[in-house]
Amino acid sequence: MTRHTLSVLVENKPGVLTRVAGLFARRSFNIHSLAVGPTEHDEISRITVVVDVDARPLEQVTKQLNKLVNVIKIVELEDDASVCRELLLVKVKAEAGQRTAVLEVVDLFRAHVVDVFTETVVVEAIGSPSKLTALLSQLEPFGIREIVQSGTVAIGRGARSITDRALERVTRSA
Amino acid sequence: MAQGSTPAVPAATRAGRPASARRSAAPAVGPEEVTGAQAIVRSLEEAGVDVVFGIPGGAILPTYDPLMDSAKVRHILVRHEQGGGHAASGYAHVTGRPGVTMATSGPGATNLVTALADANMDSIPVVAITGQVGAALIGTDAFQEADIVGITLPVTKHNYLVTDADDIPRVIAEAFHIASTGRPGPVLVDVAKSAMQARTTFTWPQTIDLPGYHPVTKPHAKQVREAARLLATARRPVILAGGGILRAGASALLRKLVDASGAAVTTTLMARGALPDDHPQHLGMPGMHGTVPAVAALQRADLIVALGARFDDRVTGLLSSFAPQAAVVHADIDPAEIGKNVRVDVPIVGDLREVIADLLPELEREQAQHGKPDLEAWWRQLDAWRGTFPLGYDEPGDGHLAPQHVISRIGELSGPEAVYVAGVGQHQMWAAQFIRYTHPRSWLNSGGLGTMGYAVPAAMGAKVGDPDRVVWAIDGDGCFQMTNQELATCTINDIPIKVAVINNSSLGMVRQWQTLFYESRYSNTDLHTGHGTVHIPDFVKLADAYGAVGLRCETKADVDATITRALEIDDRPVVIDFTVSRDAMVWPMVAAGVSNDDIQYARGLTPAWDREE
Repeated sequence: MTRHTLSVLVENKPGVLTRVAGLFARRSFNIHSLAVGPTEHDEISRITVVVDVDARPLEQVTKQLNKLVNVIKIVELEDDASVCRELLLVKVKAEAGQRTAVLEVVDLFRAHVVDVFTETVVVEAIGSPSKLTALLSQLEPFGIREIVQSGTVAIGRGARSITDRALERVTRSA
Repeated sequence: MAQGSTPAVPAATRAGRPASARRSAAPAVGPEEVTGAQAIVRSLEEAGVDVVFGIPGGAILPTYDPLMDSAKVRHILVRHEQGGGHAASGYAHVTGRPGVTMATSGPGATNLVTALADANMDSIPVVAITGQVGAALIGTDAFQEADIVGITLPVTKHNYLVTDADDIPRVIAEAFHIASTGRPGPVLVDVAKSAMQARTTFTWPQTIDLPGYHPVTKPHAKQVREAARLLATARRPVILAGGGILRAGASALLRKLVDASGAAVTTTLMARGALPDDHPQHLGMPGMHGTVPAVAALQRADLIVALGARFDDRVTGLLSSFAPQAAVVHADIDPAEIGKNVRVDVPIVGDLREVIADLLPELEREQAQHGKPDLEAWWRQLDAWRGTFPLGYDEPGDGHLAPQHVISRIGELSGPEAVYVAGVGQHQMWAAQFIRYTHPRSWLNSGGLGTMGYAVPAAMGAKVGDPDRVVWAIDGDGCFQMTNQELATCTINDIPIKVAVINNSSLGMVRQWQTLFYESRYSNTDLHTGHGTVHIPDFVKLADAYGAVGLRCETKADVDATITRALEIDDRPVVIDFTVSRDAMVWPMVAAGVSNDDIQYARGLTPAWDREE
């Protein structure tokens, strides 16, 4: 099993996320993470989905997704040609004696403290999945109280835009 | 409206073809000031709908009022929504136009689910209109509320919830477009009662605005050339024709390809009739209950050209041992089918009419270049299999009727112009095996989903779609009891179908598996309807209660006379209770999950392949 990141451009309509998520469930495709949000075009939403599949089922994933009427375009983002980021918020124990050590780790990973309380701090970090995993393992010894993490969002490197041509399609048929 | 938009097609107005990219020349209609309910009826009219199979109820009531006044749309009141759904499928199957069914919210809509799932698996264009509770009540667990869009999401090609009356004509136009183009399938439109009651304006045609929906119909020239090259040079070629041939209206072209190539042909359960059974290159049906020559040909082929077939597990048997030496050309309108189950060497995405039309001249050119391939050795082998392993059956030892004989005689006495509709089980397989099909759109069954109870309502829909043809429902005693309430619909609406109940007093196919794989322990398969039983229900009396003619046939001597009598009756439905032997089994058989090489042509008898090679 290998991990693939797909950018799925969909019509910004109610229920589309359900259609996409439901398709993954009923075709037995494993979703590792999923993030959805608006794009620079009101009519289009962008779903970034990370799937665990072999190469041949991946083709099935994209073909089945393409059959959904509300799916406009699917692009696989290769690791070396794209930027992948996740957002992590983690509540770590940081009592007086430990606080400096926690802040050192935070600095080392270029993360930020966004909330301070007497026994804990909330750390915000943005990075690739592997960076966030490394950060968590460094914070672990201090005592992690709570973690919340977003799905991966990803964008291709370079000048090309995958939404441009999709938008052409939308305006052409609008 | 920017350029490049597609005007709504009055959904598939020509028989035999989905409405693909055909443009309508119809004059524009409207704007008319109407209610949402009237907009639904007007949209159906403009989409070319002539029949709706449905049942009213609270949430759809506003639409039934203007429907009563429609001069173009005939509404047939069915007795159960599942029947309405299958009737729409049967109608679509014989006419090539989308079938339409209508139901109310909640239980009305959920009763449609089986029929929609069935149409989805078999790629049948159906449009279902359901009422939904008023928009303000959605999500409150209101009376007769069900999230039918959520429920049918996995079993429809697409679906809609409409809460704004202004959206009604556009959504219905899109629904017909989606149902009938590309790979056909069911589309459900759920309309809130409040939208039916609101005022709106109606115009037609509507602009189809589907940026994510662009079925590819034109095949890739390079792939077609490669397919032609393989077909021209293969020594053991087999054409595997699937239901897509019928959906595409490509039967005539298929025949040309078969003749030009000299290849062997097998037609799947969904494609019976795509090529006449008496064509000399036709080996019959492949798969679990296919003929030995068809199954063996696929296993020994060096080339399989699959046209609109999807390599179902019932066709491939154990996938890892399927057709081990074959290169595979796979043409289908649905790209997701290609490479889904079987590794494909030459993928072709496109409308099969265009695919075959492009393939023919390429094949000719290849043959002109390389000469016609020498297929003599292949045909010697195939003919040996045909000679050694013809379809056949033994007379039952219990003295009761052989079901295969009954079904054969129905086919022979009714002829190739009739339509044959089966339920699911042994009778379905015998009807696929022992009726000789000559024309497309003559054989209807529930192939993918395997829906018991399909036959009677689908036959009703088929008869409405093509009233001049004799329509037989060949049903089992189990299946018949699931949907026979539609006999009332048939009698009252003058839809004289004929039903042959192949009554073996049991859930026959399940019983067959119990005989073969569960040591003849017959757990819950006895239905008490046949020979020497309490006859509950008595199908003859049941037919009588529904105003149909009920006949019973128990001996071989009476078979022909009973069928002939049924064929003479044209003013009401006929039900024949053929009480047959319950020990008859469907052969040949490839047991589930084993290799096609282990096909048995009778119990425990597998061809000795080596001897023939």
